[in-house]
Amino acid sequence: MKIGVCAKVTPDTGAQIKVVGNGIDTAGIKWVVNPYDAYAIEEAVKTVENHGGSVHLFTVGDDSVVAPLRAGGLAVGGEDLTQISDAALNDADSLGVAKALAASLKAAGVEAVFAGKESVDGVSSQVPAMVAELLGWPLVSIVTGFETDGSTFKATREIGGGVVEVVSGSLPAVFTCDKGLNTPRYAKLPQIMKAKRKKVIKQDLAAIGLSAADVAPKATESNFSEPAARPAGRMLSGSVQEQAKELVHLLRNEAKVL
Amino acid sequence: MSGILVFAEHDGGVFKKTTFELLGKAAELGATVQAVVLGDAPAADLGAYGASTVFQVAGDFSSHDSDAVTAALAAVVEAASPAAILASTTYAAKDALPRLAARLGTGMASGVTKIDLEGDAIVARRPIYSGKAYVDVAISGSPALYTVRPNSFGQPEAGAGSADVQAVSFEAPAARLTVVERKTPETQAVDLTEADRIVSGGRSLGSKDKFDAVIRPMAAALGATAGASRAAVDAGYASHEEQVGQTGKVVNPSLYIAAGISGAIQHLAGMRSSKVIVAINTDAEAPIFEHATYGIVGDLFEVLPAIQAEVEALD
Repeated sequence: MKIGVCAKVTPDTGAQIKVVGNGIDTAGIKWVVNPYDAYAIEEAVKTVENHGGSVHLFTVGDDSVVAPLRAGGLAVGGEDLTQISDAALNDADSLGVAKALAASLKAAGVEAVFAGKESVDGVSSQVPAMVAELLGWPLVSIVTGFETDGSTFKATREIGGGVVEVVSGSLPAVFTCDKGLNTPRYAKLPQIMKAKRKKVIKQDLAAIGLSAADVAPKATESNFSEPAARPAGRMLSGSVQEQAKELVHLLRNEAKVL
Repeated sequence: MSGILVFAEHDGGVFKKTTFELLGKAAELGATVQAVVLGDAPAADLGAYGASTVFQVAGDFSSHDSDAVTAALAAVVEAASPAAILASTTYAAKDALPRLAARLGTGMASGVTKIDLEGDAIVARRPIYSGKAYVDVAISGSPALYTVRPNSFGQPEAGAGSADVQAVSFEAPAARLTVVERKTPETQAVDLTEADRIVSGGRSLGSKDKFDAVIRPMAAALGATAGASRAAVDAGYASHEEQVGQTGKVVNPSLYIAAGISGAIQHLAGMRSSKVIVAINTDAEAPIFEHATYGIVGDLFEVLPAIQAEVEALD
């Protein structure tokens, strides 16, 4: 089975985010494969280990994303990386990115797509659902359990309030992966060395049959800002009982949340 | 401006709290308020919250099948021609709205916490990097699609009035997914992402038994949903659906109680927009206290039961 994984490079979740102009200060930020995409990569690799096939990574981004995807994708079992890079995608919105990914995935002839349930930077969780729509495939999101026989699948997904469903269907389909699905493996040194020689297929929009107009953004971002500092809090004092009493009094009469 | 269509979600015929929030916001923006109801729910009642027309699509949408929800919403867009659609960041909307955006070739902003008018244009603000920063989003496509983080806007007062209900028919797509099993937890609470009150525990709980013995009863006493830090989830004290933070859920409650949570940057990112934060920790230097509205330095095993007793004594 040929599996495509949509993966994105994001700041490590431990990063302090400082806003500079219309963007963030990238100094000192460690760039990694989006943690949810790591679950997607692991699930795809596990699936081809059990059923045969190959895992192909797809990303949209400039050359800076290649090294983290070699380390976090190709070194843990991905066969190659398709990097879609085009000046027209610099200001792309989710739909533009999804159109580029869908066109490239379709051309590659993948039979299933895995992606993270969201990215930890933009947190829009739009792209995988849009890819499913553009490919005309079913979408199964927030997956925490997956099995397939190569043509049909069973997936466990959360639908809110702790309610979990098991759904079945036929491939191809798009799956978005959540924590709990698996434990991503660490790359060993020989694999890291081998990953350096794995192929990066660079595509511009023309290569996948799209024009700049096709990916012109309909959603544009501006006015980046940092959250307002919270007003200084109040530390309570006294015995445990006194503090408990005071807290409940404050929650009811001052904060008015009880 | 022309109409704003609210995706009025309901649980088995009872409208979600977020539905009213969205109706209130749409009315505040001075728009003609429209709503869409999928399945069986008292659609006309939404008139009391400002909806003039409610488009109702008959069918069974309980299985969260985004094929059906997307097709139904597309049919309503054709009937209603709204300028914008407001939905909440529910599981159903998070699947269906991006698909609708792709189908209609329009733009979408996810998880917005603020919506204002600048002239005739809607400007939405949304958190990025799980709340470590914010950005404004302007949408040029039509309709402009928004999902709104629960508890971002106040609950409107119900007025008088009944909405005009129009049935919209749609061609239900053939089902491509089959639900083979549904597991409901023993104690079902409001989902963390929609919860108005949350009690979260950290690694200091020490075991799943103690988490169950201290955090869950405190949450139950408050009518709150239980949450956990990543450390507590990784240690097996709580399930991963209960993790709050940058690789868990981003929450927006009125009251967030963090017990035995030191306040790693990833956890803070997930809960910093909570209106009131109570921190309980033995370490007075824990970073969580810098974000707390009220702080108690002490042993959570003594403090939480004392608070619980006080809460239970409230009338």
